[in-house]
Amino acid sequence: MKNWQKHLGLLIPLLVIVGIVVGVRLTDKPATREMFFTVLKAIALASSLNIILGYTGYVSFAHIVFFGIGGYVGFYFMSVHGWSLWLAMLMGGLAAGVLAFLLGRAILHLRGAYFALATIGVNAAVQAFITNFKPFGGPIGMTLNFKIYQQYGGAAQALEMSFYVLAALTLGVVVLSYAIRMSKFGLGLLAIREDEDAAEVMGVIAPNAKTWAYVFSAIFPGIIGTLFFFKNGNIEPHDAFPLASSIEMIVMVMLGGQGTVLGPILGATVYQRMRGSLLTSTIFKNIQLSVAGALLLLIVLFVPAGAIGWLRYRFPVLRRVLQ
Amino acid sequence: MESLLAFLVDGLLLGFVYGVAAMGMTLIWGVMNVINLSHNVLIAFSMFGVYLLFNNMGVNPYLAIILIAVMGLLLGIVIYVIALHRVIEAPQLSTLLATFSVSMIMTGIGTATWSTSPHNIEFSLGSLSLGAITLQGTRVVAALAAIATTAALYLFLYRTRPGRYVRAVANNRAAAEMVGVPSNQILALSFGLGAMLAAISGGLIATFFPFNVLSGMNYQLKSFVIGVLGGLGNPIGALVGGLILGTIEGLIPRFMETSWVPVFEFGLFVVIIIFRPSGLFGAKQ
Repeated sequence: MKNWQKHLGLLIPLLVIVGIVVGVRLTDKPATREMFFTVLKAIALASSLNIILGYTGYVSFAHIVFFGIGGYVGFYFMSVHGWSLWLAMLMGGLAAGVLAFLLGRAILHLRGAYFALATIGVNAAVQAFITNFKPFGGPIGMTLNFKIYQQYGGAAQALEMSFYVLAALTLGVVVLSYAIRMSKFGLGLLAIREDEDAAEVMGVIAPNAKTWAYVFSAIFPGIIGTLFFFKNGNIEPHDAFPLASSIEMIVMVMLGGQGTVLGPILGATVYQRMRGSLLTSTIFKNIQLSVAGALLLLIVLFVPAGAIGWLRYRFPVLRRVLQ
Repeated sequence: MESLLAFLVDGLLLGFVYGVAAMGMTLIWGVMNVINLSHNVLIAFSMFGVYLLFNNMGVNPYLAIILIAVMGLLLGIVIYVIALHRVIEAPQLSTLLATFSVSMIMTGIGTATWSTSPHNIEFSLGSLSLGAITLQGTRVVAALAAIATTAALYLFLYRTRPGRYVRAVANNRAAAEMVGVPSNQILALSFGLGAMLAAISGGLIATFFPFNVLSGMNYQLKSFVIGVLGGLGNPIGALVGGLILGTIEGLIPRFMETSWVPVFEFGLFVVIIIFRPSGLFGAKQ
């Protein structure tokens, strides 16, 4: 088999992201660009979560914490110390990675529901802590000086640039997700998901593998947090740690298919578009949460493998293309 | 010093009421190993149920709580049959997400019906003075009702046939089935009982605190903290856990800003779950 054919599974994910960028470039409307900014953000966050949720089988109800903490740390360096966006993003990713490493060492030995409960506690504790942490502005948060955008050619240019930076980051997440899935390390994670004790017997060093999976799944949300709040111009505890977003990320992963590379991309895109149209429709505006909940329930009860998982199961021919 | 005692007693009274909600959570966990993430809406809906019965029909709040408790039991059974029964044997991810989706659906309906603005039950039983301490009547009654509920739960679990079935299923479902316990009905009943305890607790809280559709989340988080403190699956532990949480809530505002309370609560929660996941007094009895 030719070498490139082995990586056919990466083709569709890449095409989707490149397609979004080209589409936005061609239409050249700020409104379209903003819409796809949220779609790309959702794809990147869901794909990151998938590394720990889908590959390793650990339900994290607190993944937005990495987005929030990365946002806060990066924002702090930009607004207080005047660092450039690039260095700040690096710090944001680093902060999220370090937090994930420490948390992973502490709580990843918990199995099943205990881990899920601990992450709920972590989410609440971190948000409560940041609300009381004075250097980060406490409950009011922090605001960027408008002048900071000048080094990027003005606010409008900074907004446009953020989109392309995000697209590059999303591409990075997807390639990372694919690389992990194809690697021996990823195989170890899948083994942990199926049966952790058996995996350990077969020589997977589960505590290390789980911790690194958690770190890999946290770094990009941290970087994206910095970028998002750079574009936003201010940061507040409420915006940085929305518990509901942690859950939405889970819905996206489940919708598309947990444990596949393409699943979270599909799930994030569909969910964001659906949410957008529900929010604008008069009938569903107030109960969009109920609709999302009903959708999640139907998936959990009847299609637990998600859309891509179902396709792979029903049409084995597609397995090489749909990773 | 006296004001410290007043804060402490007040916190303990609240602790009893929180303990009831946690008992429901921990009962469900003990019987079927499900973390009920729809506890929040059960609490919130019962608050609004009591509110509607009292404000619109003039029903006495405590009578209303009894009615709401029965509705909670039935709603719990319905939730179990629709959302949970199909995935009860599936990996934990499925049951977590199934109960969570119930929470999303009902939160959406609740938000559309009552918006998220705060509501309040205008009801007072005066206050009770014990030396230097003054206690709100509604809180004293709520604590007494919580103790009565606990006693009733124990009588049910240890003195009645369905109660014994519940304990048998919690101990070993397969063995219970083998000796003829109708385990499907018992699982549904247990979930209903857990929902009923959440409803009672929510109704009692509504008699002295303002609330909105999203308030349940806060009390659900408290239930987790309490449940883990007392040991998941251990109802009496839940009551003790509730008292510990109540003490923290009563005392911390005396020494620092109230906004630090959640930091301590959830910090303690994470510490306990890391170092002693079976709780302070051990899990399932």
